[in-house]
Amino acid sequence: MSEAVAVERKQDTRTIFGFWVYLMTDCVLFASLFATFAVLRNNTFGGPGGDELFSLPFVLAETLILLTSSFTCGLAMLAAQRKDKRMVLIWFGVTFLLGLAFLTMEVTEFSHLVAEGNSWRRNAFLSSFFTLVGTHGLHITVGLLWMIVMMAQVFTKGLKDNVVRRLTLLSMFWHFLDIVWIFIFTIVYLAGAL
Amino acid sequence: MSDTTYKKTQRAYILGFSLSIALTLAAYILVVGHHFSHYAILLTIIFLALVQFLVQLQFFLHIGRESKPRWNLLVLLFMVIIVWILVFGSLWIMTNLNYHHDHMTPDQTDQFIIHDENVQE
Repeated sequence: MSEAVAVERKQDTRTIFGFWVYLMTDCVLFASLFATFAVLRNNTFGGPGGDELFSLPFVLAETLILLTSSFTCGLAMLAAQRKDKRMVLIWFGVTFLLGLAFLTMEVTEFSHLVAEGNSWRRNAFLSSFFTLVGTHGLHITVGLLWMIVMMAQVFTKGLKDNVVRRLTLLSMFWHFLDIVWIFIFTIVYLAGAL
Repeated sequence: MSDTTYKKTQRAYILGFSLSIALTLAAYILVVGHHFSHYAILLTIIFLALVQFLVQLQFFLHIGRESKPRWNLLVLLFMVIIVWILVFGSLWIMTNLNYHHDHMTPDQTDQFIIHDENVQE
């Protein structure tokens, strides 16, 4: 291994570690929102509970879409390690479209709830629901914007070392969001329907 | 990256994806089926979520394949402790404080607390 490669590797490990620490602190943010939701979930102030508000098949579809996007993101990273620029763009394109589909479904769900008078202003349960799921949706939005920027960089700069490093961070972010969603799916939607 | 590592990583992604789908569907079917008691279903789906968490950490984020010293794993474990304290601590305290007195007058609440806490006047 030449000196330059070794330095580059060390830089990679450091950057990835730094980003990992950020992701872990983001987990603490989500944990506080989960705790708030768990405490307030029965405070519906006479309004409908989760079992009446949420459609489980719809949420299952959302979950499978996000899970698939996490998988295609992994395939994009595999292509990046093989320096296959075309496949990187294709797989990130697929990931982007799946992410966009997920976000569209979430916004549709939110707007239905608000249109039926079940907005965050109605009761503590809905406030905590919108804060938790909305924060996740906001992360997804940021991830999608980041993905556009990265696809442009791959397109113009090619798969240089620093571009691949940024792609690695993006893929970690995306996998992390899927992991957070597992818990939203389980605790908010599935447990809410019990 | 060598050819074998590449194949290994590819297999990891496919395995992780299949396992995650299976776990998601299992939890979904359990809840929709409603064959068991509430409490049993709740515990099982939380368990399934934790398993899926480990599956995705291993196969998507490759946490097990880090070289030593495992700083990423260390920060992860620290996060788990903080999250555990935050979530279970909040639930524990809030259930304990919850006197369900939203349907009581202030006098009734006083009586309830005096009785519940075994306060001697």
